[in-house]
Amino acid sequence: MQLKMALAGNPNAGKTTLFNQLTGARQHVGNYPGITVDHKEGRLSHGGETIIVTDLPGTYSMTAYSAEELVARDYLVNNRPQVVINIVDASNLERNLYLTCQLLELGVPLVVALNMVDVAESRGIEINSAALSRHLQVPVIPIVARSGLGTKALLDAAVAVASENRPWTPLSISYGDDLDAALAEMLAIIDEQRFLTDTYPPRYTAIKYLESDQQLVERGEKTDAEAARRLQQLVDKSTDHTRRTLDVYPEAIIADQRYGYIKSLLRQGVISRKYDADRLYTSDRIDKVLTNRLVGPLIMLAILFALYQFTFSWSEVPVSWLENGFSWLGDKVKEILPDGILRSLVISGVIDGVGGVLGFVPLIMFMFFGIAVLEDSGYLARVAFMMDRVFRIFGLHGSSVMPFIVSGGIAGGCAVPGVMATRTLRSPKERMATLLTVPFMNCGAKLPVLALLIGAFFSEDRAQYMFFFTMLAWLVAMLAAKLLRSTVLRGAPTPFVMELPPYRLPTVRGLLIHTWERTYQYIKKAGTVILGISILLWAMMTFPHLPDAEQAEFAAKRQAILAEAGTDIVALLEGQGDDLPVEAAAVKERLAAIENDQAEAALRHSLAGTIGTAMEPVSRLAGFDWRTDIALLGGFAAKEVIVSTLGTAYSIGEVDVEESQSLSERLKADDNWNRVVAVAAMIFIMFYSPCFVTLVCIAKEASWKWAAFSMGFNTVFAFVLAVAVYQLGTFFNLG
Amino acid sequence: MSTILLRHMAKHQHGTIATVNVAGELGRRIREMGLIPGTEITICGRAPLNDPIALRLQDSTITLRNNEADHILVQVEP
Ligand SMILES: Nc1nc2c(ncn2[C@@H]2O[C@H](COP(=O)(O)OP(=O)(O)OP(=O)(O)O)[C@@H](O)[C@H]2O)c(=O)[nH]1
Ligand SMILES: [Mg+2]
Repeated sequence: MQLKMALAGNPNAGKTTLFNQLTGARQHVGNYPGITVDHKEGRLSHGGETIIVTDLPGTYSMTAYSAEELVARDYLVNNRPQVVINIVDASNLERNLYLTCQLLELGVPLVVALNMVDVAESRGIEINSAALSRHLQVPVIPIVARSGLGTKALLDAAVAVASENRPWTPLSISYGDDLDAALAEMLAIIDEQRFLTDTYPPRYTAIKYLESDQQLVERGEKTDAEAARRLQQLVDKSTDHTRRTLDVYPEAIIADQRYGYIKSLLRQGVISRKYDADRLYTSDRIDKVLTNRLVGPLIMLAILFALYQFTFSWSEVPVSWLENGFSWLGDKVKEILPDGILRSLVISGVIDGVGGVLGFVPLIMFMFFGIAVLEDSGYLARVAFMMDRVFRIFGLHGSSVMPFIVSGGIAGGCAVPGVMATRTLRSPKERMATLLTVPFMNCGAKLPVLALLIGAFFSEDRAQYMFFFTMLAWLVAMLAAKLLRSTVLRGAPTPFVMELPPYRLPTVRGLLIHTWERTYQYIKKAGTVILGISILLWAMMTFPHLPDAEQAEFAAKRQAILAEAGTDIVALLEGQGDDLPVEAAAVKERLAAIENDQAEAALRHSLAGTIGTAMEPVSRLAGFDWRTDIALLGGFAAKEVIVSTLGTAYSIGEVDVEESQSLSERLKADDNWNRVVAVAAMIFIMFYSPCFVTLVCIAKEASWKWAAFSMGFNTVFAFVLAVAVYQLGTFFNLG
Repeated sequence: MSTILLRHMAKHQHGTIATVNVAGELGRRIREMGLIPGTEITICGRAPLNDPIALRLQDSTITLRNNEADHILVQVEP
């Protein structure tokens, strides 16, 4: 037999932790409310039964306002799992039982998992689960989801409830004389018309009408407009009545009564506390310092800076290993394959392109590991708290902070997981504004370009310039968000009412899952999109070949030099000795210069060169020449390819991302480049169209329309900025 | 005993919620966090720019913005 089991509960109660524990899955867990946003399925077997477990998004109640809440409720009423496990945080029992109460009113077959009993114990809270079970009339099993304690008993209880297979039995709570009377009248209509009874228990429908649950009301209107109208009349009447007599809305009375029900139940020997209510927990003591109005922001800056340091200095060694590995691979291929198209494809197309991206994996991993620590410890929720006022000025929300940081707010991140992280935002407008502006951050792919150009033109104050461009990214993103929120995304801000979870020591498993999950998205991108794009770009930069006549011309020039040098030197050059005499070295250099000229001529003749040249008249406005155009075009696909494409376009052969020394010298010497052009280029690269993978992600999270908007808007916006910088800079002769 | 707006409470001040007068999404979000008449609260502090406010309930810490706190009246010791 197969049975369906769903995990429901408050945000941050430990549902995903339990889900992972039960199924051995590796879903994202975080000490931040609202991590799971869609239902996830897994399977396990227990005592010969196959159980399909569904992890639902956390909700505080069953009235659906946001998409996540709808997912949870719809799943329960549409899929009708044989048993629902309600995960309850024992250290915050009263608030958690508010949802339990509503699950009981819905009547689903329920088992309560009393989670985090370890935390409760450390706070001196003791819960008599037998008494709680007696009052709620459902099994209550104490567990510690993190360690797996009690999960066997929990599954036993769940299977027992499921195999009873009894019909849904809704609990009915009294809501006071006024509302009970109204409910009775409404019930009469609902029963008579069989109004929504195939989905919801009658009393539940009536209560949701009194609570003005929009989604249910709309659904009611579609199903039976006449009955819906009559119900609405009754609701209006009783709202009127409670407003006049008590000055409250019916929904407030309902909430009060539910809490009253819970309180009276807890008072009957369910909960006992060793310490008085004013006792400060460790978490509060930490918060006294970390969210202090004066030192809090300073500590936040220090922590973010430490994360930056950690990422960049610790990843240096593994990054260089990977790079050496890829250049070793390139050399091997050179040995094995004969000179020609295939070798060029494998080295320039595949190894350089993919290697350039994979070389950055350690850096990305360290950054995500650091973010995971901040998130799992509970600190990120504090950052949201401290930053909310600032973000609100720009029409965003305190919770926007996480997506921005993941996307590269501290420099080095990735907009792909960043865009996905916007799911924790509840309001669609604020979420959209965040989603469209996170690609402005300096992700791990833009860093090498910035490092290259800063190194070439502003080597004196590298760190300051890097910092300046990080700040600039934030400023521009905020202003763009403000612009969006006051035009296409106008709307009131959503409530900030949020829970600050207690600080928790992150688990190693949690951190690893977390880091890997996000890093994997980056790696996947290298293996798929970037591989394809590198090959495509390589082809565009290679074909069509130079006409034979021109090739012959270059060959003739080489011959002339060799003939002039004489046979001795030719022999020396062919011998490939390392220390050549001066004359031989000079000849070698002249030959190399011809090679370069030929490469440049070939590039100009290729498809990419033709496109770049065609674009030059426009791009000149911002100071970019045709070779830069080719690199920037490549950047539409993935920002990672900009450096390697620039390298190829400036005909230096192999340039890999980190060792761009020679490329930077070449740029410095080139007439087309100077400080003003460099700044214009960096600004354009920072702000133009998000890379292809991010666009796909935006399309998935929002729509293709928004993805197209993002591509067009950002490119135009970045170009205007770049032109302004170039024209002003040139006018004041800053180059 | 006197009643004041939650917004006007000082840091570390105790009080008991008297009324929560708001409907719709905000009202529900406030209530589902356990902020209902009769709940005892203590102000933990405010964010650096004076907004949002963090408050301690018996078992949890909740944050909300000043303009959201304006819907909540609290009974405090004078
Ligand atoms: N001490 C302790 N911590 C736990 C326990 N169960 C979960 N946690 C921690 O609680 C935090 C929240 O866990 P999650 O599993 O992400 O919670 P969730 O209910 O899935 O949350 P959402 O997806 O946001 O609704 C994590 O930091 C867990 O490590 C437990 O039994 N004891
Ligand atoms: Mg979860």
